[in-house]
Amino acid sequence: MKNDKAAGMTRREQYEQQQRRRSLIIAAISTIFVIVAIVIFVPMTPGWEKVQKSFFNGTVLAKTFPKLLDAFTVNIMIFAWSAPAIAVLGLMIALARDAKSPALFPLRIFGAAFTDIFRGVPVILTVYLIGFGIPGLGLPRPWNSPFIWGSLALILTYSAYVAEIFRAGIDSVHPSQRSAALSLGLSERQVMRDVILPQAVRNVVPSQMNMLIALQKDVSLLSFIGPVEIFRQAGVYKSLFANFTPYVGAAIIFLIVTIPATRYADYLMARQMRERR
Amino acid sequence: MQKLELHSVIKKFGDSTVCNGINLNVEQGQMVCLIGASGAGKSTLLRCINLLEPIEDGEIFLDGEDISLPGLNPQNVRSKIGMVFQSFNLFPHMTAFENAILAPKRTSKLSKTQLKSEIEILFERFDLAERMHNYPDQLSGGQQQRVAIVRALAMKPEVMLFDEITSALDPQLVGEVLDVLLQLKKQGMTMVLATHEMQFARQAADKICFLKDGKIVEEGSATKIFNHPKQAETKAFLARALK
Repeated sequence: MKNDKAAGMTRREQYEQQQRRRSLIIAAISTIFVIVAIVIFVPMTPGWEKVQKSFFNGTVLAKTFPKLLDAFTVNIMIFAWSAPAIAVLGLMIALARDAKSPALFPLRIFGAAFTDIFRGVPVILTVYLIGFGIPGLGLPRPWNSPFIWGSLALILTYSAYVAEIFRAGIDSVHPSQRSAALSLGLSERQVMRDVILPQAVRNVVPSQMNMLIALQKDVSLLSFIGPVEIFRQAGVYKSLFANFTPYVGAAIIFLIVTIPATRYADYLMARQMRERR
Repeated sequence: MQKLELHSVIKKFGDSTVCNGINLNVEQGQMVCLIGASGAGKSTLLRCINLLEPIEDGEIFLDGEDISLPGLNPQNVRSKIGMVFQSFNLFPHMTAFENAILAPKRTSKLSKTQLKSEIEILFERFDLAERMHNYPDQLSGGQQQRVAIVRALAMKPEVMLFDEITSALDPQLVGEVLDVLLQLKKQGMTMVLATHEMQFARQAADKICFLKDGKIVEEGSATKIFNHPKQAETKAFLARALK
C-alpha cells in the first residue's frame, strides 16, 4: 500500500505497467533469439556462399541499381495513366450494374458479364490475349504499341475488381439515407450522386488503396509482351552478369514504394474501424 | 376539402398486411397524432403517404388530387410533403447547412444567394444559427433532429410527417424537439405524427388516431380518446401507455 502512494498510481495502473514491462521483455528476448538463429544458422547451410554471391552481390547491385531505378519510371508511367482510367471505368461499371431503368437493362447485363469475365481470367492471360491479340490485327504505328494494349488489359481487369468494391461501398450506405434523400423530393439520380456515392466512395478508400498497391506490382506483367520496365530490365542484367542480384534490387525498389503505401492503407482502415465503433 | 385524405389504404409486406384499410382525413393546419403499439402500422402509413412505399390498394389525396396513382412521378409530391425520421438520417458528409440547402438547390428556380438567405433564416428561427456549419456528428441528438426538421422545411412543404422523432433521443433532449412542433403548429403547418409521447399528444393534437394491427380502431379529439375511450383495445393500450 505504501508503494501505491509513492508511485502516485492506482492499483490498476500499477498492474498494467507491470504487464506492459513483462510483455516488452518477452517480445525483446524472442526477437533477439529469432534474429540470432537466422544469422547463425542460414550461413551454415551448404549452399549459402553460392546464394550470397548470386543473389546478394554488392558490386552487381551497385552497378545495376541506378538503371533499375530508370526502368522503374516506365512502371510509374503505366501506373499513372492506368489508375485514373480504372477508377472511372470501375465506377461506371458499378453504376451500370445497379441501373434500375429497363432501358438500361443491356448495360446491367454488360456490367455483370464484364466483372465475371475479367475477374475470372488470370491477369497474365488477359495481358497476353489483349497485348498480342489486338496488335495482331495489323494496326499501324503507334496503335500497335504494347504499352497501349497492355495497359488496356490491366485497366479492364482492375476495373472489374474496383467496380465490385464500389458496389459493396454503395450497399454499405444505410437505406435510411436513401429514404431521407428521396423524401426531400430528389430524383433517384440526384440521390445517388449527392448522397449515396460520396459516402460509398469514402467507405471504400482503404480497400481501393489496396487495389492500387496490387496494380503497382502487376504493371510488371506487361514485361511479358514487350515494354522494358523494371522486371524486364532486371532480367536483362541477370543474363548480362549471370547473377540474380538485379532481381533483389528490383524487389527493393518495389518495397520502397509499397511498404509506405500498405502502411498508409492499413492506417486508413484502422481509422475507419474506430469511426464505425 | 381536406388537405390530406386516405381512402381504405392497404399496404402489404409479403404476406403480412401492415395497413389494412386505413381511412384518414387531415384538415389544413391540423395536427394529427397516430398512437399505438410498435408494429401497429404507424410508420408504414407515414412512409406510404410520402410515397416511399407503394400501396397495394386504396387512394391518397393531397388537396383533392390522387397522389397514389401508380406510375405518377413521386418527386413533385414528396417536395410538398416533408418527412422527419426517428433516426434523423442527416447526411453525415455534409454540414447542417449543406444538408438543408441540398434539395432546394437541386429543385428550386431561386438563385443560390436567395436560397442561402432563406435557409439561414430557418436556422435562426429554430435557434440553430450557431450550429449551422457543424457536421451532424458534432451535434447533440436534439440538435440533429432539429436540423432534420429544418432540412424538411427548407423545401417549403405543405404537410409534414413526423415518424417517432423523439424516440431515439435522451429524455432531456425530447423537450427541445417537441417545442419545435408546437412552434410549427402555431404557424399553421399541417402535421401527421406517429408518436409514443402520450402527454404531448394529449396536449397538442387536434385529432388522435389509435392504430392496432393496421387499422384505425378509434379516432377523435384528445379529450375524447384519453378521457372517454370507447373501444376496449384503446382502453387497454392507454392503460399501459399512461402508467
